[in-house]
This record gives sequence, C-alpha cells and structure tokens, in this order.
Amino acid sequence: MSDSRKIAIDVRGAVKRYGDFTALNTVSLSIYDNEFFTLLGPSGCGKTTLLRMIAGFEEVTEGAIFLFGDEIADLPPNKRPVNTVFQNYALFPQMTVLDNVAFGLEMRGQSRPESRRAAGEMLELVQLSDFASRRPAQLSGGQQQRVALARALAPKPKVLLLDEPLSALDLKLRKAMQMELKHLQRETGITFIFVTHDQEEALTMSDRIAVMSAGALQQLGAARDIYERPHNMFVADFIGETNLLEVTVREVRDGRAICSLGGGHILSGKSDQEVRIGARVHISVRPERLFMSDAPTDAEGLRGRVRENIFAGTDITTLVDLDEGPNLVVRTSNSDRGNKRIFEPGSAVYVNMEQEAARLLMD
Amino acid sequence: MRRAKLDIKSYPGFFAITLVCLLILYAPLLVVTVYSLNDSNSITNWEGVSLRWYVDVFSGPESQKFKAAAWNSFTIAIIAATVATTIATLAATAMIRSGAFKLRSLSFGLISLPLMVPEIVLAVATLIFFNSVGFTRGYGTILIAHIAFCIPFAYLPIAARMQGIDASYEQAAQDLYATKRQAFTRILLPMMMPGVISGFLLAFIVSLDDFIITNFVKGAGIETLPTAIFGSVKQGIKPNIMAISTLLLGVSILLVTISYVVSKSEKTK
Repeated sequence: MSDSRKIAIDVRGAVKRYGDFTALNTVSLSIYDNEFFTLLGPSGCGKTTLLRMIAGFEEVTEGAIFLFGDEIADLPPNKRPVNTVFQNYALFPQMTVLDNVAFGLEMRGQSRPESRRAAGEMLELVQLSDFASRRPAQLSGGQQQRVALARALAPKPKVLLLDEPLSALDLKLRKAMQMELKHLQRETGITFIFVTHDQEEALTMSDRIAVMSAGALQQLGAARDIYERPHNMFVADFIGETNLLEVTVREVRDGRAICSLGGGHILSGKSDQEVRIGARVHISVRPERLFMSDAPTDAEGLRGRVRENIFAGTDITTLVDLDEGPNLVVRTSNSDRGNKRIFEPGSAVYVNMEQEAARLLMD
Repeated sequence: MRRAKLDIKSYPGFFAITLVCLLILYAPLLVVTVYSLNDSNSITNWEGVSLRWYVDVFSGPESQKFKAAAWNSFTIAIIAATVATTIATLAATAMIRSGAFKLRSLSFGLISLPLMVPEIVLAVATLIFFNSVGFTRGYGTILIAHIAFCIPFAYLPIAARMQGIDASYEQAAQDLYATKRQAFTRILLPMMMPGVISGFLLAFIVSLDDFIITNFVKGAGIETLPTAIFGSVKQGIKPNIMAISTLLLGVSILLVTISYVVSKSEKTK
C-alpha cells in the first residue's frame, strides 16, 4: 500500500456530537481509490455515523471530509458523487425495478430513455434483467439487495457506501453476496466503503479494515495485519478468537518480553512498544497458533490437562486447563492432523506456541 | 356446541350485547331507508313501495331549496377537504420529518385538540371570531370554518401513514441526486398517497355532515344540506326528508368504502 496511491476519502479529525453524547471522537483516516475498505466494530461504535457523515446524512460537528481533494462536509447529499446501499435497501415501492435503478441517472439530468437504457445494463450486471418490470416487493431479499446495489452503482459514483447491506440475508446467501460484492468492486474499480459488525465478513472481503470502538479508531490496516498483529486488547478480542492471558513482565531480551503467568508458567511475547519490567500486561495468542505435545518442546511449554475436544467440521477445538492457571483454547485444523496431535480428554499435555504467535498488549 | 364453554376465546353473553348494540346503531337507519320508499304522505303508514319521494326531492316544491343546499354542501366539502388535506400533509411532513423539536408534543396537541373540544364551543368561538374581525356571514365564513375543523380529521390518517415510512426512502432519493423537493414529490408523496386519500375523504364527509358550526356561522339566506334538512324538519317530518337522508347515507357509505379499500390495498402490498 504505497502512499503514492490516490486518496478517495480523507477524513480529518471528524467529530460527531449529539448534545452531550459524542458518537465519533476525532477520527482521521484515508481511504484509497479503488479500495475495498471496511469500517468494523460493535453496534454503537460510530461506524455507521461515520458512513452517514460521508454520505451527507449527518452533519460534521468538527473536522473535515475530503473527496478526491474536495471538501464535502458542507455539501447536501444530492451534491456528493457518492451513493449508498442502505441496510433496509430503501427501494422505492411504487416504482418498477428498472425505474428504481434509473432514478439516480434521471435526477442527474439524463433523459428518460438514456437513463433507462443504462439502468438496463446495470441490471444485467447484477443478473436481474428478467425482473426489470417487477415491483421491489415481488422480489426475494437477495434480489432486492442486488437491485439496491445496481441502483447505487448506476450513476457511477466515485465512492460506494454500504451500510451493513448483508445483515438481513441468511448465511448461505450472505457468503455468495460477499463474493459478488468483491467481484463487483474489482470490475467497476469503484472505491467501496463497507460497514459491518461481522469480523469474519470484514476479513473475507476487505483490502483494509478500520476497527472502531466507542467512537474512536482502534486500528487500521490490512485484514491479515489486524488479525495477526492487533494493537490492543479490544482489537485482539474483537477480531477472531484469541487467548488473552494476563502476565507479569520478568525481563526483556532481543525485543521479546519474557513473562510469567503464575503457576510457574513462563511465556514470551513480541511487542512493538517499550515494556517495563514488572508491568502487568496481556499476551494474545490465536488458538490455531497453539499446538500440543506430550513433552515440552522448549522452556516455554505450558503444562495442562485436556478438558474436552469439540469437533466443528473443518477443525477441532480443544480446551486445556493449565496447571494452576487459566484455560486455553487450542484449535487444530483437520488438514493439519499429520503434524499436530489431538489428545483424549484427561491427558496431560504441554501447550506450545510458535515464537511469532504471541503478541504483548499494553491495554 | 357444548364444548364452546372450554374455548378460551368464547366469552358468554357477548353475542347478545353485540346484537343489542347493532340494533341500536342500525335500526333507525334501516327504518329511514325503508320508509323513504313508502308510497304515502304519512311517515308512519306503509302504503307500498315507490320512488315518488326521490322524485319529489329532485322536482318537488322544495327541490329548489335542496338543490341549492346540496350545491353549497358539496362545493364547500370539496374545497374545504382539499385545502385541509394540503395543510395537513404539510403539517405532518413538518411534524414527523423534521426530527425531534422542542414543542413537538404541544404542536401535536394543538392540531388534534379540536377533536376533543365540544363542537358547540368551537361553533360559538368561531362565530365570535368572525363577528370581531367583521366578516359578513355567508358562504365564505362557512368555508373558512370547515377548512379549520377539517384539518385534524385529515391530519390523523396522513400522519399515521407517514409515521410508517422509514426516513431512509427520502435519504435514498437525496443520495441519488434528488433535491429535497424532488425527494418529497417523487418519493415521499406517492408513498403517503393512501393516507392522503383517506384524510381527504374523512375531511370531505365531516364537512358534508357538519351541522352545529355551519348553523352558527352560515348567516341568513344560505343553507347547506344538513341545515336545510333541519329547517324542513322543524315544519314537520315529511317522507322526502327520509329520501334525502338515505341519499346522504349512500354517499357516506360509498366514500368510507373507497377510503377503506384504498388503505387496505396498500397494506397488502
């Protein structure tokens, strides 16, 4: 991600207050052109507020928003070359599917035949040409979703905003739509800003993710970056599943903090920040980065006993009670069974981790 | 039927109460309708079926008076309902679409209060108002009074409809480059139409039917159908009154049915 790429949306110090309540607290971020960008966070974290500020439905209390270099924070929504896919789709019920898709083009001043022709092409792109003359209510949820997408893409916006558009669909349809959205983004080359609370969805689809919580940006980075190198406890906990262990720093050697967990367990983690000897910090390690053995592989093997194995299709989750310590979740992929062993409940085991897997988190 | 006692949905005695209520409500209407077809000068003796009193309404000695009154009633009802519906639509848009403002519940109270105030009080107040500003009583004063008291009747169905329309539709329209005005006329108004039609019909019926306020503000020499009927009845009830009443009843039933069908058809969509 080089800095020479064009910036599509530049949010600078954006604040949103409703009376005494601060929904968004000084958020700054840049979204690149032609990027699939996701705002991810639990409900009430400010992600939708930020999206609606970019769309123009919410006023910016403080700060500025630039679209390809132009300040847009004071423009009404109809003057911004961005379009939105709404959570409830908001298809106009009194119009046909074709007229829905043509609406934006017509409002932009294109002639009726011209905008209908372009709308027809858009419907072809989302494979709904056969439904052009139907009313939205006569379509299934997934079809309505695609109409909403076609309607928002038809005027060729510079940026497409998607407000949890897949949340009303069932799992299978959602997975299919995730792929379709990703393809559409590649095909059209339009910048997508996608809002979701589903971290798995965010990881699957996004080029980059902004993790938000309590109105503030927690971490911004590529999907993999965020998953493997979370900056803080919130991100580590919210993205995927993790083992968060409270530890005390004993010594720092070659950029690694050697920590004690209590019960005689020793483990080390890598940290980007300075750590103080004696500090209480957390170590985060993903369940799939742990493996079990019946003898310690190095000094950091954690002694414990298998409580149970849970089979879940592609992998097996093992709960291990550490001796005089917390319990750990260990995940073994079924394709990994050749290298990694599964132990019966009750077996005494050592839990080991790859050196790079453990992350030290300050807060 | 012995098992009905076990049915938790059955309440003993309700059927009888229902019958009594229906009887009290509809028996007089039924009597008027049946006797409007009576071929007799008396309103009590039945002398066979005929349409002579309907003919009398349109060509009898009182027909001129009733025709003029009907013309007044229908023109006033159409104009009053149209104006009141327009005002109510704008009021509903302002009340429901402009977010939470400080005096919102007070405003709603002010709009719907006339529904709760005794009509006679409104009538006296309206009369005093017209006198104090020096309006000559006549067609104009009736019209103004009707517009005023029709607004809350038109407002309720329109506001109810608008409350059910999510704000995202207008936002979507504006997001797709429509101006605020276009978003209103192209998207919101068509979606509100069933409520607007219901509001209009309700206002129309209420205006057509009004007696008390009209009687106070109408002045001499001008009648609407209800005041003309009342005037006739004071000189003794004749069968032609029953014919007129039946015709009015027919108009009301027709309008209410239309209003019902319109709101129903929209809901099943």
